[in-house]
Amino acid sequence: MPSATIMPSPPHIPRRYARRGIVPDAVMGMMFFVACEVMFFAALISAMFVVRGSAREWPPIDQPRLPLLTTGGNTIVLIASGVMLWLAARAVRSSASPQVTSRWLRWAMWLGTLFVTVQGMEWMRLIKYGLTMQSSSYGSFFYLIIGMHAVHAVIALGLLAHVYHSFASGTLRLSRFWAAQVFWYFVVGLWPFLYVLVYLL
Amino acid sequence: MTSSSTHADMAHAADSHAHHAPQSFWSKYIFSVDHKIIGLQYTLTGIFMAVVGVYMSYVFRMHLADPTAHIPFYGVLSPAAYNSLVTNHGTIMIFWVAMPILLAGLGNYCIPLMIGCDDMVFPRVNRLSFQIFFLSTVLLLVGFMAPGGAFGGAWTSYPPLSAKVEYNLTPHGNVIWLLAVALEIVAFLLGGINFVTTAMNSRAKGMKMFDMPVLVWMIVIATIIFMMSVGPLVAGAVMLLLDQTLGTHFFAAQGGDPVLWQHLFWFFGHPEVYVLLLPELGVVCEIICVFSRKPLFGYKTIVYTTFMVGILSMIVWAHHQFIAGIDPRMASIFSLTTIIISIPVAVIMFAMIATLFKGSIEFKAPMLWSIGLIVEFLLGGVTGIYLGSSALDVYFHDTYFVVAHFHYTLIPLVAFGGFAIFTYYFPKVTGKMLDERLGQIHFWGSAIAFNFIFIPLFFSGLAGEHRRIYDYSGFAELATPQMQSLRTMATHALLVMLAFQIPFVINVIKSLLKGAPAGANPWKANTLEWTADSPPPHGNWAELPEVHRGPYEYSVPGREQDYWPQNAPN
Repeated sequence: MPSATIMPSPPHIPRRYARRGIVPDAVMGMMFFVACEVMFFAALISAMFVVRGSAREWPPIDQPRLPLLTTGGNTIVLIASGVMLWLAARAVRSSASPQVTSRWLRWAMWLGTLFVTVQGMEWMRLIKYGLTMQSSSYGSFFYLIIGMHAVHAVIALGLLAHVYHSFASGTLRLSRFWAAQVFWYFVVGLWPFLYVLVYLL
Repeated sequence: MTSSSTHADMAHAADSHAHHAPQSFWSKYIFSVDHKIIGLQYTLTGIFMAVVGVYMSYVFRMHLADPTAHIPFYGVLSPAAYNSLVTNHGTIMIFWVAMPILLAGLGNYCIPLMIGCDDMVFPRVNRLSFQIFFLSTVLLLVGFMAPGGAFGGAWTSYPPLSAKVEYNLTPHGNVIWLLAVALEIVAFLLGGINFVTTAMNSRAKGMKMFDMPVLVWMIVIATIIFMMSVGPLVAGAVMLLLDQTLGTHFFAAQGGDPVLWQHLFWFFGHPEVYVLLLPELGVVCEIICVFSRKPLFGYKTIVYTTFMVGILSMIVWAHHQFIAGIDPRMASIFSLTTIIISIPVAVIMFAMIATLFKGSIEFKAPMLWSIGLIVEFLLGGVTGIYLGSSALDVYFHDTYFVVAHFHYTLIPLVAFGGFAIFTYYFPKVTGKMLDERLGQIHFWGSAIAFNFIFIPLFFSGLAGEHRRIYDYSGFAELATPQMQSLRTMATHALLVMLAFQIPFVINVIKSLLKGAPAGANPWKANTLEWTADSPPPHGNWAELPEVHRGPYEYSVPGREQDYWPQNAPN
C-alpha cells in the first residue's frame, strides 16, 4: 500500500527532543495563520459596517441587488466540499484503501472549483449591471470582501491539489494534509458568515 | 564541494547527528536555514537601517536648529524632503530597526538556543521570512529614487493625504511605501508562526512551559499580540492601496470614512508598542538576574501579567484619536483602558526592582543598559499617563510633548535594549569579550546625551510647539529665541550622542580583532544558550541538553557555585 505511507523526516527537519505536541507543527502553524486571517476578515467586515452605518441607504438605490438565490445554492456547494474533505480525512485515519481517500479528495476539489467558478460568473453579471469597485463604496466593499475570500479559496484549492498529488505519488506527509484541511475548513467556515453579513443583511 | 554531495552528506549526518558537512559561503551565510544565521541577518539588516534612520534624524534636527544652514553630509533641506525624511525616519525605526532587531533577530537567535533544540520547526519558512524582509528593505529604499520622491505623509499615513496623489504629490512613493510595509509584515508573520510553534513543540527534554526563560515567554506573547493585531492593518493597507491605484472610495470623505483608517492602523499600531516592549523586558529580566546573582522575583506573576498586557493592549487604540472627532463617551472609555494598562506594566517593573533588591550587583555594560532602560522607560511611561487622559490630550496632541514621550519609550527599548542585547550576547555570537571600559564610556555618554535631546522637547511641546513643521517662522509664538534655543539644545545633544557611538564602534572592531576569548559561559548564567560553544556550531549542541530545573536558580543556599545551569544533573 504505497500511497498512504508517511515519508521519513528529510534532513532539513530540525533535530529535537521527541516531544508529543498538542498538535503537529504544521497544524499549529496553520492555526496561528488562520487566527490572523480571522482578524483580517473581521477588520474588513467591521470596516464595511462602519461605512454602512454612515451611509444614507445601503445598498444604494442605483446599484444592482446581489444574487441571493444562486449564492445560497453556492453556499451549499462549498459546505458540501468541506464535508467531502472531512470524509477524505476520515478515510485516511481509518486507513481505508487509497482509492477511497482519493475519491473524496477529488470531490472536495471539484466542488470547491465549482464554487469559485459560479462566483466568477456572478461577478461578470454584476459588472455588466454596473456594480464595480469604483461605482460606490457598496461595490468596493462587496468586491473587496468577496474577492479576498475567493483569493483564499483559490490558494486553498492549490493546497488541496498539492495534497492530492503527493498522496497519489505516495510522498504525502500527513501533517501537511491536516494543515491543508485546517485552511480549507477556514475557507468553508468563513463563507456562511460572509453570505449572511454581505448578502443577506 | 558541490551542492549535490553536500546534500548527500547532510542526509547522512542527519542519521548520526555527529557534525554537518562544510558548506560554501553562499549556502552558509546567505541562503542558510540555520536560525542563528537568519537571526544575525535580521540583526545586521536592522543595524544598517538604524544607521539610515539616525542619519535622517540628524538631517532634520540640523535643519530645525538652523533652518537656513547648509547641512554637512546632506546640503539644504527642501520642505518635500523634510516630509519624506520625517515619514521614513518613523517607518524605518519602527518597522526596519525595532522589529528586526528586537523581535526577529533576537527571537531567531535565542529561542532554539534557550529551549534546547537545534533549529526552528519550519527552517525554510524562516529563510523565506528573511528574504521577504530583505526585499521589503530594498523596496523601501528604492522609494527615495522614485520620481516625485519618497512618501511624505507621516509614518501613520492618514488618508486622504496618503490616498490621493493630488495631496501628497508622491505618485510612486506612496505606493512603494505601502507595499514595502505590507511585505515587511508578511515577513514577520511567517517568522512569528515559527516562534510560537517552536516554543510550544520543540522544548528540550524535561523543560516544562514554566521552565522556559522569561525572554522566550515574552517573545512568544509579543508574537501572539502581533499576529492578533496585524490582520486589521493588512486589511487597511489593502484598502488604501486600492484607493491609491484603482480609485476606490474606502477612505474618501464622500462615500467612505477617513477615520476608519485610523482605527485600522492604530488597532495594530498600539499593540505594536507592546510587541516591541515585551522582548526587551524579557532581556532585562535575564540580565538583571545574571548580574545581581538572584532568582527572578515573581516569575509566574510576570508571565501572567504579561498576558494581561497583551489582552489590554488590544483595547486601547483609540487614545491616538481623541481629537479625530470620536465620541467623547468613547474617548473616556479608551482613557480608562489606557490608564489601566499601566498597572500590569508597573507590576513587571516592580518585580524587576525586587529582583535587584539585596542582590550582589555588578555594573557591567549589559547591566548598565538594562538599568538605564528601566529608569528611562519609566519616564516615558509616566508621561504617557498625561497623554492617555482624553482631556489633557486635546492640548498635547501632535505637539513635541508626544514626540518626546514616545522617544522616551522607544529609545530606551530600541537603543538601550538593543545595546543591552548586543553587549550581553556579543560573547556568545562571536566568542570574544567586549572591552568593559569602552562600554562604560559608551553607556554614560549616550545615556546622558539622550536625556538632553528629549527633555527640552517636553518643554517645547508644553509651550505648544507642533510636530512635523518645516519652518516655524510663520508662527509668531513658536519662532521666539527661547523656543529656538530648546530646538538647538536638542540638536546639539543629538550630535553629542552620535559622537559617543564612536567608542562603541572602536570597541566592536577591537574586540573582533583581538578580544579576550569568551568561553561558553562568560557571565556564569543558567540558561541553555550558555551551555553551547561560543559561537554555537550548526546544530548548536553535539548532544541535545536535558533540563532539570528552572532558569533562575542563582545563589541557591548550600551550593558551592552561585549559579546552577538548567541542564546540570543534580
